[in-house]
Amino acid sequence: MSDQSSVEILTEWDIVAARQLGRNVAKELGFGTVDQARITTAISELARNIYLYAGQGRIEIQQLTENGMKGILIIAADSGPGIPDVRKVMEDGFTTSGGLGAGLPGVKRLMDDFKIETIQGEGTDIRATKWLR
Amino acid sequence: MNVRIPILKPKDTLIVSIQWELDDQTALQFQEDLLTKLHETSARGVVIDLTSIDFIDSFIAKVLGDVISMSSLMGARVVITGIQPAVAITLIELGIRLEDVMTALDLENGLEKLQLELEA
Repeated sequence: MSDQSSVEILTEWDIVAARQLGRNVAKELGFGTVDQARITTAISELARNIYLYAGQGRIEIQQLTENGMKGILIIAADSGPGIPDVRKVMEDGFTTSGGLGAGLPGVKRLMDDFKIETIQGEGTDIRATKWLR
Repeated sequence: MNVRIPILKPKDTLIVSIQWELDDQTALQFQEDLLTKLHETSARGVVIDLTSIDFIDSFIAKVLGDVISMSSLMGARVVITGIQPAVAITLIELGIRLEDVMTALDLENGLEKLQLELEA
């Protein structure tokens, strides 16, 4: 079962809208303040990546219920240039934007599950989940 | 939609209390406003209080880190106060280290620390 809502990322303001949406959903689901901060920060980083590297895309927030567990799924999807070397961007300290964005390893650490699919010239789809404990 | 963060000046110290979620533009405007205020007032110390902030992403962390380095170039010391547990945890997990930054538990401690630093 899932319940979803999304924000189109076109401007810097949409980054704020996406993280506010995520935080509200996280709060509703019953996440504590530390997890709310983790989720909000992860969305902010993913939305900023879309804004910086793809120009536009979408952040989707889904509420998950699986085997009696509740969780939140963040989907960051864009039709941008894709990531040429995924292994490299998953290395700590790798950046192409002059220090902007802590990068995907940081987002992965903040969340429980992290999946990335990217095709050069077609776009990137990142899915990150946090489960309610 | 653009709001500006008020900067107070008791004696020779600037006090900034960030009370709401920072968007990119507000953060950058704050950077400029703080440096201009330092220049105008010749303040030697700055306290930035983050008690009301419940998350900091890499962009806001970078703006904060930069404004500390910039203030230092102008001869002023900055203390960051009131970082919440959730903020400290997410910053470290995210991989952000605000190194060589003076911090204090709250505004009062921050002002004391700054005073000691400026007298030394």
